[in-house]
Parts: sequence; C-alpha cells; structure tokens
Amino acid sequence: MITFILNNKTIKTSEHSGTTLLDFVRYQQRLTGTKIGCREGDCGACTLLVGTLNDDTMEYQSITSCISPLGNAHGKHIVTVEGTNLKHKLTTAQEAMKANYATQCGFCTPGFVVALTGFALSNSENNYSNAIDAISGNICRCTGYKAIEKAAHQVVEKLEHQEKNSFKWLIENGFIPEYFESIPQRLKDIEGKYINQPKGKYVSGGTDLYVQKADHLADNDVHLIAEKDYLKGITIENGICTIGTNSTVSDLWNHTELNSILPNLRKHLKLVSSEQIRNMASLGGNLVNASPIGDMTIFFLALNSDITITNQNQKERHIALKNFYQGYKKFDLKEGELLKEISFKLPTAEFFFNFEKVCKRTHLDIASVNSAIHLSVENDTISEAHVSLGGVAAIPKYLHNTSAFLTGKPLSSETILEANEILQKEISPISDVRGTTDYKRLLARQLFFAHFTELFPNNFTLNDFVQHA
Amino acid sequence: MHKNKSNKVLNTKLDAVSLSLKQSIKNLDSYTHVRGESLYVDDVNIRQGTFHAVVFDSPKAHGKIKHIDYSKAEALEGVERIFTYKDVPGENEIGGIIADEPLFAEDEVHFWGMPIALIVAESEFIARKARGLIEIEIEDLPVITTAKEAKAKGSFINAPRSFSLGDTEKAFAECDYVFEGETFSNGQEHLYIEAQGAYAEPMENGNIKITSSTQGPTAVQATTARVLGIAMHKIEVDVTRLGGGFGGKEDQATPWAVMAALATYHLNQSVKLILNRHDDLRMTGKRHPYESTYKIGLSKDLKILAYQTEFLQNSGAAADLSPAIAERTLFHATNSYYVPNVTTKVLSCKTNLPPNTAFRGFGGPQGMFVIESAIAKAASEIGVSARQIQEANLLDENDTFSYGQIAKKVEAKNTWHSAKNIFNSDALEQEVADFNKNNTAFKKGLSFMPITFGISFTNTPMNHARALVHIYLDGSVGISTAAVEMGQGVNTKMMQIAADVFSIPIDKIKIETTNTTRVANTSPSAASSTADLNGKATLMACNALVERLKLVASEDLNVSEKDITLKDESVFINDKPSELSWTELINSAMLKRVALTENAHYATPEIHFDKTKEKGHPFAYHVYGTAITTVTVDCTRGTYEFDSVKIVHDYGKSMSEGIDLGQVEGALIQGIGWMTLEEIAYNDDGRLLSNALSTYKVPDIFSVPKRVEVIPVETEGNDMAILKSKAVGEPPLMYGIGAYFALQNAIKAFNSNYDLEFHAPMTPEKVLMGLYENKK
Repeated sequence: MITFILNNKTIKTSEHSGTTLLDFVRYQQRLTGTKIGCREGDCGACTLLVGTLNDDTMEYQSITSCISPLGNAHGKHIVTVEGTNLKHKLTTAQEAMKANYATQCGFCTPGFVVALTGFALSNSENNYSNAIDAISGNICRCTGYKAIEKAAHQVVEKLEHQEKNSFKWLIENGFIPEYFESIPQRLKDIEGKYINQPKGKYVSGGTDLYVQKADHLADNDVHLIAEKDYLKGITIENGICTIGTNSTVSDLWNHTELNSILPNLRKHLKLVSSEQIRNMASLGGNLVNASPIGDMTIFFLALNSDITITNQNQKERHIALKNFYQGYKKFDLKEGELLKEISFKLPTAEFFFNFEKVCKRTHLDIASVNSAIHLSVENDTISEAHVSLGGVAAIPKYLHNTSAFLTGKPLSSETILEANEILQKEISPISDVRGTTDYKRLLARQLFFAHFTELFPNNFTLNDFVQHA
Repeated sequence: MHKNKSNKVLNTKLDAVSLSLKQSIKNLDSYTHVRGESLYVDDVNIRQGTFHAVVFDSPKAHGKIKHIDYSKAEALEGVERIFTYKDVPGENEIGGIIADEPLFAEDEVHFWGMPIALIVAESEFIARKARGLIEIEIEDLPVITTAKEAKAKGSFINAPRSFSLGDTEKAFAECDYVFEGETFSNGQEHLYIEAQGAYAEPMENGNIKITSSTQGPTAVQATTARVLGIAMHKIEVDVTRLGGGFGGKEDQATPWAVMAALATYHLNQSVKLILNRHDDLRMTGKRHPYESTYKIGLSKDLKILAYQTEFLQNSGAAADLSPAIAERTLFHATNSYYVPNVTTKVLSCKTNLPPNTAFRGFGGPQGMFVIESAIAKAASEIGVSARQIQEANLLDENDTFSYGQIAKKVEAKNTWHSAKNIFNSDALEQEVADFNKNNTAFKKGLSFMPITFGISFTNTPMNHARALVHIYLDGSVGISTAAVEMGQGVNTKMMQIAADVFSIPIDKIKIETTNTTRVANTSPSAASSTADLNGKATLMACNALVERLKLVASEDLNVSEKDITLKDESVFINDKPSELSWTELINSAMLKRVALTENAHYATPEIHFDKTKEKGHPFAYHVYGTAITTVTVDCTRGTYEFDSVKIVHDYGKSMSEGIDLGQVEGALIQGIGWMTLEEIAYNDDGRLLSNALSTYKVPDIFSVPKRVEVIPVETEGNDMAILKSKAVGEPPLMYGIGAYFALQNAIKAFNSNYDLEFHAPMTPEKVLMGLYENKK
C-alpha cells in the first residue's frame, strides 16, 4: 500500500504506483484546485508541496505533480492548494495574490499560491530573489508577471520576522492552517519504507521519463528508486567529491561545501530548469537520458568526472563519464545496471570553472548550446583543461582535442582563438528547432570565448576575440 | 536639473497610480481563484457513467484518405464507440464565415492535426490507447506551408480586400524618398493554460446541455444544432469561466463541444472531451503569420506622403475567422499615423496549416508591424532616428483614416508627448548613447511605439449585447450577460455597474455563468468590446429597474420621483436618507406586483461600414498610447533583457484601475513574447515542430522587462465606452512591437554592418546572427 498524508487526510491506496500524482489528487480525490496545463513540468499549474520528515523536522519542497509518480508520495505529506486553505479567510500568500491583482483567469493561480506557500515553509533565506526562484516554474499567460512580482514582495515582507522551522509562527501569521502541527507525528506513524516494489522500469524523480512516456508508465510496472539510500548523498573525502545519482539538483544547490568549492554553483544551476524540477530531477536521470544537451552532463563532463555503475549483485565498475556515451542516446549501461554515483577530484588552488547556457528563454528552457570549462592555470599557463559542449553532436561532447590543445599553452587570446579553430572541427551541429547549424557553430564559439571573459575579466574582453575571429 | 525635475513628475504620477491601485476594486473572482475553488470545465462535477473522448487526427498535412482501420481500436476493452463524419446527422460543417471546414475529414485531409474521428471510451487513458491502434493510409498531396507559395499557386480563401485613400501612385512620384521592402511576422500560439474542452450531457427529449470553455457560446450552440440537424433551442450552452482565451476560444472552442455533443446525441450519455496540451497545440490554429511587402514615400521633412502594402495572410486550411482578421489588418495598416495616400491590399492565402484564428489584436498587430518596419527602414536609409519619422506623422484631430472614418478625440500626439515629457525620453536616449559608447560586450537599444486601435467588431451587426438582471425578493441581485469571464475581469466590471446604479454592496450581487438560455444570440466575448457592450446593456437594465423602483418609493414615501435617489442601500429624498431601505423597497415592489427583472438590449450607435466601398465609420472610438522600450543585449551570447517599458496609455476614465493595468501589462508581455521568444515552427511537410511547452517558449517571470511603468493619460474618456472607461483588452499588445525595434537598435550599435531585417520574432538566434553578420 502506498501510504501518505494528503492535506489533512491519511491516504492508503493500492493504486498503481506509476500513476501520476496529479491524476490521483485531481480525479481520485477530486481536489480540482490542482490544474492540468501541460503534463510535462513546463507550466507549474499542477504544483504541489511534498513534505518529508527528517529528524523530527519537516522539509517542504515544491514539485510538478504531472510528472511525479504516485509511489514517490509514500511516507510524505502532500499539500495541494486546498490543503493550504483557511476556513473563512485567505492565507497570507493568497491575500498577496489577490491584493496585487496577481490573478486574472485564475488557472495558473493555485500553482503560484502553492509555490509561494512552499517558499514560506522552506529553509531558503527569506529574500525576494529566493521568492521568485520559488515560482520560477510557474507560467502565467495573463498577467505579464508584474503583479505577481508585487505579490512575491508582499510575501517576503510578511515573512520578515519569521521563526524558521516553526509551524506555529506560520499558523499565527496566516500562512498555513493549524493541522500542519500534527503532521510530523502522523508521518512517524506511517509504516516505514514502501518496499514491495515490482520489477519494471527504474524511475527516480520521473522528470524526464514522464515527459517521454507517462502513458506507458501508468500502464506498466515501475520500480521506484528515489528513496533508495545507497544512491543518495554527497560526500567530500580525500580530495574527492562523490555524489549519489539519486541526488536531486536541489541537493547540489543546498550543499554548503559544494557551494564553497564551486562558488558560482547556484548561478549555474539557476539555468537548469525551474525550482520545482530541480527538486525532483535526479542527477543520474540527467546522465542516462543522454541528451546531447543535458545540462548536468555537460557540467560534470568538464569536471572530468568518473561514474560508478552497479548491477543487481551489487558488483561495481568505474568508467570516465566522457567514455560513457557511445552514440545518440546510446551509452555504456547494461540491462539491470544502475548508475550509482559520480565523482570528481576536488580542484586545486588555481582552479577555474564556468558553465554557460543559451536558449530562447534564459530559464526553464532547453539549451541551443551549453558548455562548461575547467581550467587549472599556473603562471599564466594552462596546466589542465577540460571543455565540454552540448547541442553540437549526437552526444554530450567532451572536447578531447580542444582540451588537449589548451593544456600547456599560455593563457592568451592567440591560444583561445586557435583553440576555437580546433573546437569547430570537433563539433557537427545539426539544424533543428533549437537553431540552425550556423547559429550553433557561432554560439559554440561565443560561449567558448565567454568562458574566458567570465573567468579572466582582467585579461580578456569580448573585443579581444571578435575583432580577430 | 532638468532630469531631477522630470523624475519628480514621474514619481508623483507613479505614486498616484500606486494609490489608485490600492483603492481600486479587486477582481471579484480572485477569492475562489487563489483558493483553487473556481470551476473550469474540467472541474465541473460529472454524471455517473460519463464517457471520455479523444480525437484521432490526421498524421499528414495534405492527402487522400485511402484506408482507415478502426477494428483494433474498437476491440480494445473500454472503448464505447468511434465516431466519424458518417455519424453526423446534420451537416458535417463548422465554418462560421465561409462553409469550408468539415468537423471530421471525409475523403481528404487538409492539415496535420485535422480531426478524423472521435474515440469515446470509459476513460481518456483508454481512448488514447485506442487512438494508437488506428491504422490509416494516406496518399500524399502537395503541401503548402507558406503564404507566398499559396499565392504563387493561386490558393486563396476568398477574394482579396483593398483599402485606399488619396492617389498613391501620384504621391510616390512626388516623394523625396521612396523605400521598399519585405517583412515577416510569425504566428503565435495562444497558450491559454487551460486547454480546449467541453462536457456534454443528455437532457430530456433529446436536448443537450454543453458546458464549454468557449468565448462564443452562441457559436457553439448554432454549430452544434447545424451538425446534429436539430433546432438551436434543443442545445443549451453554459460557460462557467475560461482559463485563458486570447481569441483562441472564439471560434476554435467549437469543434470539441460539437464532437462531445455528437457523441452524447448518439450514446445518450454524458461525454467529456478535454484536449491534452500536445493535441491542442497540434490541432488548433494560431495567430496568422504574415508575409508582406511595403513601399513608403516621404518628403524631405519626413512626412509620409504615400504608403502601399500587400499583406499575405497565412490563413491555414480553412477560412475560420481569417477574412475578418485580414480586414482588421487593413484597418490598422497605418497605425497612429496620418498618411494622405494609402493603398493596402490583403490576400488570405489558403495553406495546409491548421486554420489560423483570432488572437488578441486580430490582425491589427500584423499590420502595425509592417508600417513600423517601413519607418525603421526609411529612418535607417535617410540617417535619422525612427522616432523623428514617427513623431512627424502622428494622427491629428479630424484626420481621415484610409477607411473613411474621421479621427475624433485623438490622443495620439497627447500620449506621445506625455510619454516624452513624463519619462524624460531625451535623458533616456542620452543614457543609451552613453552606455553604448562605454561598453562593447553589452549594447542598449531604445524604441518608441505609438498605438491607435479601433474599438468595435468591424462587422457592424455583431455590436450588440444583452443583460438579464433579477432583483430577488431579499434584495440580492443576479446578473446574466453575454460576457464570458476569461481573466479580463469583465465579471467585476458588470458587478461594479450594478453596485453603482443600485448603490448596494457588492456581496449582494452575483454574476451568473454565461448561458444561452438566459442570454441568447450573442456575439463572442472578443474585440475588446465585451465590457462596453455587456456593460451598457447591464447599465440600461439596472437603470430601468431603478426607474420602476423610484416610482414605488415615490408612492410609499409620498414624494416626487425626481427627488428620489438610491444611495447606500437606502432611498434618499433630496439627498437625505429616508426610513425606506433597499430591502424594504424591494419588498414593497413585490407586493405591488412590480417586475423586478429586466432584460436590456444594447446596440452600439453611430457605427457603419460599407464593404462594397470599403468606407464607413466602423469604430465606436479608438484607444491610443505610446510605449518607450529599452533593452540590453549581451553581445557575447546574443541574449537580451528588457530594462524597461514606459507607457502612457489612454484608459479614458478607468472604472477599475487594477484590472485595467493588468490588461495593459499582460497584453504588453504577450506582445513582447510574439516579437521575441515565441517561435512557431512547421517543417516542409506541415508538421508542427514547436509542439510542446519544451519547444514553444512563452515569457516566464525572468524574461519580462525589469520595469514596466504605465501612466494614464488624462482625457475626458469617451461616452461610447462603458462609464467612459475605454476598452483595454487588445490595444496594449501592440506596445510589444517596440521590443523588436529596440533590439534592432541595440544590434546596430554593436554591428554597423547589420542589414535591417524585418523577420519576427527576434529570437536570441537572430540577435546573435545579426550581431556578427558582415562584422568587421
């Protein structure tokens, strides 16, 4: 039985675990405040909160329920807009939306309300930028967002004196109903892990699989792995950072030490989907999706990462990520094998890392071209270089030749211009809905230049490159 | 000094706007919206035994159907029945203006996504599974995807239309400058977040009730009756509200409602048909792409003396609303400018795309984009700023539009100069110039965009509406009109009118669903006119009731009728409260057997248009405004951010400042989306490539301008508008056109060899290519 608390009600269901959470709450439970906009995690109209009990405290995250398997709700507190409603008045988030004219047709509105409530419940620091991140996955076609920005400001203002991790404060200040206080104890009472899982397609966060084949997953057995502990966790030991493939993008975002190693991590991850999707999407899923444009793949390729693969007998093998991809959507993973973890060597002092991504829409879009670079520079000489480029070949591309060329060269505009010539020979972009061949080639060059103007602003400006390119 | 002074003016104005927003009425529907309690078609409780339907559509853009095998699909457990054109008891025809569009394909398919059959099953899931089991064989026929191709092959929807004023040919000969060129503006997906859908229920005696997400309940009713071959009174259409429409549900909500009703007709069971997003994107039409040519002639002092265009409208595979949209393109071809010699022509080109349809602006934006392109081209060639040409040609009082209407109460110059003064555009332009001098990796661009948009359905007979107002015996009020609430706040406006006339609190008033049995034979909620038409009708009905109630009060209080007013839920005599309350007055009226229900009919006066002469007075009034857009382009990556859009807008006397500002901002962002990110793509076979939200990007919260400032221009308003509060739904969309030209100006600042191209949208791809083309 899948057991969880839906708003203020304990649910025990033998529904198929691969059904989407959206269909379950909307059509089985008749909670119609959760809307269907796109069924691919791209609009946020179906946003729900997932509360997890961790050491006596509740942690809430927003998700798009259209691409989330019902089975992943097991042991959680699931909150829909109805579950935030107070009896005869509006919650603080709802009032902010109303007072600022932030709702017009109203169809996207519950998603925004839930996401803003999730922000109030979350551990993120209370500021406007974080509040906007919280609703970054919500599309509104009516308002043009300016009114929603005002509503977000109002929520941030109301949270000014918030006591973090205090349901009591949030209840007293009208953010959530009283029953939230009973949730931790009630979750403890739910019988442990959901273990009797059938064999079937491995599904972690589901953010990609449910976009590709939701009907298939709702009609066939799935094997849910999102809660498997041995695939989780981020450890930093002996100069190596190891990340379990079940880690979500948000896990990376929230990891303090990782953020100090890669100081621009959040800036880069902000370009990777929306907060709702970052809360669900697993790193392993992005790697095995094998999209030539996978953001996290491009990111970790430049970190020269290794991956650990395990089979059903727990037997492990290791392989460099750059050797994992064999052709379009083809990779070195056999039947019954799972990606277990990814690891990379911690950088030395003279370490430079940058990630670039350009798409039609800067956020929550798939790249036309993305790229990452990792350089070690000693005495103005590049001692180590790893460059990756997405959207320019059948696989997420580690640029062997360009990387090799850069190694040992002086850090100069001549080197970079020459490296671009090699880079252009290494890639073979095709024209598609994300851009023409010519555009992708030009963009690849520009992003390559951008790495250097970003990382070495005192050495290079755009002019150094384009005047001679 | 000058700058500080101006900022003070601006800040005072912004404070005033901010205060008016605090005091302005909130959207009546926001309480249930924010609680997730508003009911859309998919939220309405369904009856036991309801079937669910999925549409089987053409996998080719043009061809002959050789063979279809439904047997495997029909055999699937849970499938009830599959309906095709053979099951249509009446006419297999849904075309509104021209009868050229079958509900279901018969022998041929004309676009990719054209409905062929309706699969009805116990669940949507089963129906979709069954769809995958249908086998179809289609013999390919040649596919036309562009308007130019259609023109070359002589493939048109109807005869071309042409407006003219003065003598264009003669005028060109006298011009100091003449420029010609081509433009393209792409389509645009409506992307209402609520997809198309309907729910049909069998009633007694073969009657059918349809709950539809439509802007045009009467269109649904009439078309269903036609397809089923039964009388209109047997069909009741009810609309609770729409999760966005934007024109996409004016005509194209109809087929899904008709299909659901057809299945209900045969099965005598309720049937629900809600399109999933991919089906919706593939099967429905969009804003029309236009390929146009222009010729513009100017004098030395930058007066536009002559203007000539040919608009090729990509209408898609059937007429839908294309002829009306084409017409509006001609009405707005000269935007806010007075041009004494104009020849405009539009050809509705028949292609193998889904029939393109109404979209906020209704052909107007496509027309305006062309003249703005022509001005940009002329400015660039002459070596002046586009702003100078725009400013030299703004419309004045008593100028003649190319369609013969004389411009009255014109605010074109007023909004333009107000925008310049309030926002200190000289300083803004200087800031942009300074920034560009001091930066190489980023460049800024600025543009002006004036708008003039005519209000009324250009098809004069459609300009009418009705309101049915009941006062219940406890003094509460229920109002039915033809207006469909789709986010524009029309419910709130109707309520405000009644609350104002009756002088009762808003919680005593309920706005009912839009229902064809209460208000019949309606025009769709469209053309920005919904609040005007239905509001005037509501006002008339409420006034009539008040007159009757005053008579009752005068008898009860024994005073003259003319001394009586209704105020604060009481009867006032000579502005002083009497002992008679609103509720007592209603009670008294009941006892006196006075009718407490009123049905009023409003038809816009003064308007007319003669299509044989292409002259007349089609618009009740025009809406004016000016936007100044500033953008920053990242010249490394080709990406961009809009710094600000500063607008002076002509609301007339806004009756609901908060709601109207929401319309301006929302339309602006939609217009910017059309000009920048939103890129519809079909391949040569006519298959939609931008077929999901992952490939079709609308603006998100990060991609909107950092600042949007909207200052109302102070005018007298217009009596043809409801309470002098002008229509606001569509006009501000065209401010978004400024985004294109701001981007172009930024590109030019980086790359002086950039060849001006007018090919919207200006995606990051086009920006980057522009930044580096012929770059020395």
